[in-house]
Amino acid sequence: MADIVAPPYRVIPIIPALIPGAMEGLKPFVANEKINTAIGFPGELVEDWHDKAIAKMGELLGKYRSLKVYMDACVHCGACSDKCHYFIGTQDPKNMPVARQDLMRSVYRRYFTMAGKLFPGFVGARDLTREVLDEWYSYFHQCSECRRCSVFCPYGIDTAEVTMAAREILDSIGYGQKYSNEIIGKVHRIGNNLGLPGPALLDTLEGLEEDVKDATGIDVRFPIDVKGSEVLLITPSADFFAEPHIDSLVGYAKVFHATGTSWTLSSMASEAGNFGMFIGNYDQLRKIAMRIREVALELGVKRIVVGECGHAWRVAYSFWNTLTGVGDGASENDRFAQMLQKQLDHRYKQPMHICEFTWDMIGQGALSFDKSKNDKHIITFHDSCNVARGSRMGDFAGGQFEIPRNIIKAVANNFVEMAPETTREQTFCCGGGGGLLTDDLMDIRVKGALPRMEVLQQVVDEHGVNFMATICAICKAQFTKVMPIYGFDRRMVGGVHQLVSNAIILGDK
Amino acid sequence: MVNTLFAILFYLATLILVVGVLYRINIYARTPAPLKIPTTPAPTTQTGVVLRMAREVVFFESLFKANLWIWALGWLFHASLALVLMRHLRYFTEPVWGWVVLIQPFGMYAGITMVLGLCGLWARRLFVERIRYISTPSDHAMLILLIGIGVSGLLMSFVTRADVVAVKNFFTGLMGFSINTLPSDFVLYFHLISVAALMAIFPISKLLHAPGIFFSPSRNQADNPREKRHIAPWAAEMEK
Ligand code: HEM
Ligand code: SF4
Ligand code: SF4
Repeated sequence: MADIVAPPYRVIPIIPALIPGAMEGLKPFVANEKINTAIGFPGELVEDWHDKAIAKMGELLGKYRSLKVYMDACVHCGACSDKCHYFIGTQDPKNMPVARQDLMRSVYRRYFTMAGKLFPGFVGARDLTREVLDEWYSYFHQCSECRRCSVFCPYGIDTAEVTMAAREILDSIGYGQKYSNEIIGKVHRIGNNLGLPGPALLDTLEGLEEDVKDATGIDVRFPIDVKGSEVLLITPSADFFAEPHIDSLVGYAKVFHATGTSWTLSSMASEAGNFGMFIGNYDQLRKIAMRIREVALELGVKRIVVGECGHAWRVAYSFWNTLTGVGDGASENDRFAQMLQKQLDHRYKQPMHICEFTWDMIGQGALSFDKSKNDKHIITFHDSCNVARGSRMGDFAGGQFEIPRNIIKAVANNFVEMAPETTREQTFCCGGGGGLLTDDLMDIRVKGALPRMEVLQQVVDEHGVNFMATICAICKAQFTKVMPIYGFDRRMVGGVHQLVSNAIILGDK
Repeated sequence: MVNTLFAILFYLATLILVVGVLYRINIYARTPAPLKIPTTPAPTTQTGVVLRMAREVVFFESLFKANLWIWALGWLFHASLALVLMRHLRYFTEPVWGWVVLIQPFGMYAGITMVLGLCGLWARRLFVERIRYISTPSDHAMLILLIGIGVSGLLMSFVTRADVVAVKNFFTGLMGFSINTLPSDFVLYFHLISVAALMAIFPISKLLHAPGIFFSPSRNQADNPREKRHIAPWAAEMEK
């Protein structure tokens, strides 16, 4: 990886000129037979991949209105063309959102529209050849499904939906990506994405209890598999041992301790992440989410709270109710959902983000802080794409932007915003989301981080910012890896609850 | 002979337009949206969704955020087109509705701004590298077709002064299934053939963006997944 260098900052952030083919060769490792068959996909590219792929595309067009409408509606206006961080970082025209969609749209037109069947050249329709398939594999793994393009498109066309459909088609013919599919296998086999087995998890948690005791003199517990707890905490497995993630886990535990909340982790559902979304496969999305439902029923918890993880929060907030019934408002005769919804306590949002939990508690005066403990930090906040554009917090539109910022301001004195065209719903993805957080994609990860690094540099220069808080496990992992390449200290990135942990006062109450 | 041909042409074009668009709308409406995917900042209520959609359709709100040039040219074109279309109602109604009479003078000049907007959009397509890259021949053809319609219309309004009374007579006749005489005017023929072509390609081209926007899940869903369970029929099957 020594040969990977950061692209230079743009002097003025103008729209870059095109460099056709710049990222043509990039191709993440293909999943092998063992990985694919473990999760029900064909082991390798099937003989009749062409017909199978077209059939799958037809099936998806009938199942997803998003895909159908998005394939038809684009007018090639170009409004989205400069909005993707991968385009900005690579200048490869196929990384323009509309061009990425067109990789699929051209095939859609050829096989599913009259104009494309009669006049393919005129309307830009193409046969699905092996070259086209390889192009799909390459460029649909250069999209982090961050939805930034969707914010700006006059019809809300969401390239993430197209990418998901493309990956679903690729998987269905045995041409899936190693990284995502291997992780999905692990989550089923072991319970979490990192493959951390139960006993190791217990060890880690015991170690954490000791560490916190040493540091604070207080017995903060990290309970696991405790039946009858009030709260079930579902958090990304990176929180259990990766830096800086673990500091936020300590933060959650301290918040639960200070508020006297009975809570538990689960060894069976020791993972909030759900890579089923990344590969666009509803079955996997549902199966992975079902683990949480099962644990919730088994432990009899009243509330489900989700830790700092971007795509996991999107899945939890937007999809859990649909997939598993974790939520509210199922109809009376919906037995599947009612079974769980009757058990949950609907005075609280279900599921709830840990930031919502903490902010509620701050609002009730249940927590006190020594803000000066964070004085060494000048803090900025990176909105994670999935939280910003795929979910919400609190009771009002935009709560996902305000609540984490409010928490930071409640626990620290120095907070600065980055450039407004790069935050909130216009935030840039860290560059490592959507199943791209793997070493074989390091090149695109570094380039995709460019727009965020540029504006971070600005606040570093102008305000001396030395801490970028974020609430996503992938953002944290990605930034600790790519920031040094841009000349920043890797310890600059951390969680919101890491700041909470620093400042919280844990006296006996 | 010419009259009959134009009559057939317009009956056919209308049929294709109406049946084709209804068929498309039916497909969009029937295809389920299994997951909640509104894009932030999304309204949390149904009323909010209606307002959001209205802002998108009337003002092109998202486009405004994205790119001021495309927004200005695109909005100029669409607003002018809307005025022009409304003005054209005078050829199909007798007596002409009051509000159509009222917008008549604006409608005339809207023809000019429409063509200007279209030329601006085409210039972008030709000269902005990124947009040229994503354009297909059909994208250019669509603009040329619309510019052709606009320019021929303007020619008749301001230069050749077509016999609009006869034209109106022809179209009101068609509406009552009788075929009257169309003035023999080549600019008019060109204008009408182009319009019929536009109507016919509407349901099989990117012009589907007009009905499509109303069915876009990222824009038409309320952001309330925790409060209300949302499930598609094919997904509910898995729970049985
Ligand atoms: C609900 C009604 C409609 C809405 C909300 C709408 C919206 C839009 C928007 C936002 C754009 C992109 C910006 C631009 O390039 O102008 C666009 C493009 C376009 N619209 Fe519409 N439109 C509608 C109806 C129509 C109709 C009825 C026509 C045609 C007869 C039409 C023809 C076009 C064309 C040709 C383009 C592409 C322009 C280009 O190539 O740059 N639109 N529309
Ligand atoms: S979803 Fe994000 S990564 Fe994918 S094309 Fe759109 S802006 Fe780029
Ligand atoms: S903004 Fe939307 S309509 Fe315009 S080119 Fe991009 S995807 Fe197509």
